Amino acid sequence: MNLQDNDFTLFGLPEQFAQERAAIDTRWKELQRQAHPDRFAAQGAAAQRIAMQWSVRINEAYQRLKEPLKRAAYLCELRGAPINAESNTAMPAAFLMEQMAWREALDDAASAADLDALDVQLGRARQQTLRGIAQSLDESGNAAEAARQVRALMFIERFAQDVQSRFEQLGQ
Amino acid sequence: MALLQISEPGQSPDPHQRRVAVGIDLGTTHSLVAAVRNGVAECLPDAQGRVILPSVVRYLDNNGRQIGHEAAQAQASDPENTIASAKRFMGRGLADIANRDKLPYRFVDRPGMVALQTRAGEKSPVEVSAEILATLRFRAEDTFNDDLYGAVVTVPAYFDDAQRQATKDAAQLAGINVLRLINEPTAAAIAYGLDNASEGVYAVYDLGGGTFDISILRMSLGVFEVIATGGDSALGGDDYDRALADWALTRLGLSAASAQDKAAIKVAARAAKEALSATDSVAFEAVLSGASVSVNITRSDFEAATAPLTERTLAAVRKALRDARLAREDVQGVVMVGGSTRMPQIQRAVGEFFGTEPLINLNPDEVVALGAAIQANQLAGNDSAGDLLLLDVIPLSLGIETMGGLVERIVHRNETIPTAKAQDFTTYKDGQTALALHVLQGERDLVADCRSLARFELRGIPPMAAGAARIRVTFTVDADGLLSVSAREQTSGVEARIDVKPSYGLTDEQIAAMLKDSFATAEDDMKARALAEARVDADRMLLATQSALEADGALLTADERQAVDALMARLRETLAGSHDAAAIEAATEALARGTEAFAAERMNHSIQKALAGRKVETI
Repeated sequence: MNLQDNDFTLFGLPEQFAQERAAIDTRWKELQRQAHPDRFAAQGAAAQRIAMQWSVRINEAYQRLKEPLKRAAYLCELRGAPINAESNTAMPAAFLMEQMAWREALDDAASAADLDALDVQLGRARQQTLRGIAQSLDESGNAAEAARQVRALMFIERFAQDVQSRFEQLGQ
Repeated sequence: MALLQISEPGQSPDPHQRRVAVGIDLGTTHSLVAAVRNGVAECLPDAQGRVILPSVVRYLDNNGRQIGHEAAQAQASDPENTIASAKRFMGRGLADIANRDKLPYRFVDRPGMVALQTRAGEKSPVEVSAEILATLRFRAEDTFNDDLYGAVVTVPAYFDDAQRQATKDAAQLAGINVLRLINEPTAAAIAYGLDNASEGVYAVYDLGGGTFDISILRMSLGVFEVIATGGDSALGGDDYDRALADWALTRLGLSAASAQDKAAIKVAARAAKEALSATDSVAFEAVLSGASVSVNITRSDFEAATAPLTERTLAAVRKALRDARLAREDVQGVVMVGGSTRMPQIQRAVGEFFGTEPLINLNPDEVVALGAAIQANQLAGNDSAGDLLLLDVIPLSLGIETMGGLVERIVHRNETIPTAKAQDFTTYKDGQTALALHVLQGERDLVADCRSLARFELRGIPPMAAGAARIRVTFTVDADGLLSVSAREQTSGVEARIDVKPSYGLTDEQIAAMLKDSFATAEDDMKARALAEARVDADRMLLATQSALEADGALLTADERQAVDALMARLRETLAGSHDAAAIEAATEALARGTEAFAAERMNHSIQKALAGRKVETI
C-alpha cells in the first residue's frame, strides 16, 4: 500500500458507490490510530513528516468517501468520466425548468414553513438522484450517465445551500 | 523534603526511559503546569504549595522581573509595568484589542502584533507569555530534578493561526519543546476521562478569563473526534468584571481617569464578582484618586448587568450545534471549564439550555492542565498502554485573496487536521511574471472582514497570455493547527512557500539577545543551554531509533542495518567525547536523515498491518 493508492484501496473498501457510513467512519479511525503524527511524537522529525503525509492522505480520502456526492464524482473520474463541472454545464431542459421553479419558490418564500416545504422537495430530489447514481455506477456500469447525474446533484446541493442561508436569515 | 519513592518490582519504567512531559495551561488570568505521576495527573505546586500562577509579569528596574503572585499584587500600584492578560494580545494588532482605553497599559502599534511599553523597554505579548512559560518550566524541572522533555500547551479552540503560532513561539522562546498544541476543551474532555465513558456526544463549555470556547465532541472507540468548535476569543470573565465595574461607577456617578484608578476598579470588581458566587450581596469597595468609595451590589444586579454576555455565549453554542448538525437533545453531557463557570448564573443558563446538569466535579481551573498532562505523557511515549487518539479540527476557514477583494476559501472550518488542500489559480494580465498571494482566515467573503495572516510572492513565472499559467496553491495545516502555504506554477515548476508566522517586531538578533539575557529564574549561560538541548535531542533520536530497530529491524537489509548502526555509533561517540553543541547536532541530523527511508518503510508496514488485521476480523 502507498500514498498513491486510490481511496477505496486505502480504506480496504470495495470500489463501488454503495457504502455503509459507519464502516467508513470506523476504518478512518483505525487508520488514523496507526498513522496520526501523535503516534510518533516521541520519535524523530523524519517519522513526524511521514506520519503527517499519511494522516493528511487518510483525511483526504475520508472527506471524499463519506460524502455521497464527492464519492460519486470520484468514482466517475476513476472510471474515465470526469465531472468537469466548470466546462460541462449542459443540462436537460426539464431539469433546468425544475431549477427555475425552485428559484422562484425561494424568492417568494416568506416564512420558515415555505422554506420547509421547499426543503422537503429538495430532499426528495436528492434521494432520487442518489438512487439513479447508485444504479448507473453499481449496476449498469454507465459512468458517463452517472457523471450527468452527479452534475445534476451538484446543482441541487448548491441550491440547498441557498435555502440554508435563507433559513439563517430568518433566524433559523 | 519529598519522600523517596520505591515502586513495585517490575512496575516501574526504567528511570532513564521515563521522560518528563508536562501539560501547560497558559491562561489569560492564570496558568498551571501538570504532570502524570504514578499514573495520576496532578498539578505541580510551587515552593509555597500553590498550583496557580497568576499570568502576570511585572518589569522592574535593572532587567529584573516579578512573575506570578508578587506581580499580581503590584497591579494597582505599578499598572503600566505590570502586564496581565497578555494572552488577549497574542497575535493581535492594536486595532483588534477591544476596550483598550480601559486598560492601563501603554500600547505600541507594531505591524502584525501590538507591543507594550514598560520601564524595561518594549515588550511583545510573546515575550511576556514566555516569562510565564519559563517559570512553569523551571517549576517542573525542580519538581522532577530533571530536564523537561517536552510539553503539551493548550490554546482556546477558537484561536486563529496567528494566535496559535504566537503561543508556540512563546513556548520555544522559553526553551520548551512543544510536543503538541491542543485545544483547551479537548484537554478538559480528556481529564474527565470521557474516553472511558459510554459512547456519545459531549459539549465542553469553557469560559475563561478572556476567552470563550464551545466544542462539540464525539467519543467512540477511544477516539476523541471534535465535530465542531466555536466561541469568541474576546469574551471572558474579564468582561464580567468590566460590566460589574461599569455598573458600580454609574451608580457612584464616577469615572476612572488615571491608570491607578483603572487598575483599582478592576481589582475591586473581580473581588466583588468572586464574592457574589457565594453570597447574595456584597459591597464594592475601592480607593479612587485617594478617596474610598463603596456601593452595595446584589447578585441579581450583577446577573442583570451581565445577561447580554451570557446570551452571547449561548448564541455561540447554538452556532456550534448547527455546524455539527446536531440538536441540543443529542448532547449527552456538558463539561464546564474555566474559573468563570463558577458563576451561578452561568451554570444555571447552561443547565437550562441543554436540559442536563453540567459536570463540575473537577476543579474548573485545573481541568485543562490535567488533560494536557495526560496527553503529554502519552506523546512522550511514557504510557505504552495509552490508547487515546485526538482527531481535532481547524476552527476557522483559510483562504486566499482573489480579484475584487474576495476570499476564496481553500480549507473549510471544522475540517479534521492534519490536512492539505490545493486550488489552482491563474494570471490576470498578459505577460504577468509574478503573483502576490494574500493568505486570510475567517468566514466572511470580503478580504476586509477576514484576518490577514501573511503575504508572499511567487516570482519568475514565464510570460504567458492571461489565464494560461496554472498556479497551484497548497495549504497544509499540521496536527498543531498551524498553516504553511506553498505555490507552484505547474508548467515552469517555479515555486514559493511560506510558514505563516505573525510578525511581532522582533528580529532574529533580538530573539537571540532575549534568549541570551535569559529569564528571571535562569542563570545558565547560552552555551551550556545549547549543549544541554543538543544532548537531549541526541538522546531522544537514539532512543527513537533503538526502539524502531527493536520493533521493525527485520524490514532492513543487512547493509541498511549496518549503515544505521554506524550512524548511531557515530552519534554515541560524539555525545561521549564532545562538548560542542554544533557537532552533536550535526551527528543527530545525520542519523535523522539516514533513517528517513526506514521510517517511511515502518509507516507503510504499520498501516498495512493495521489493514490486514482488520480484514481478517471482518471476513
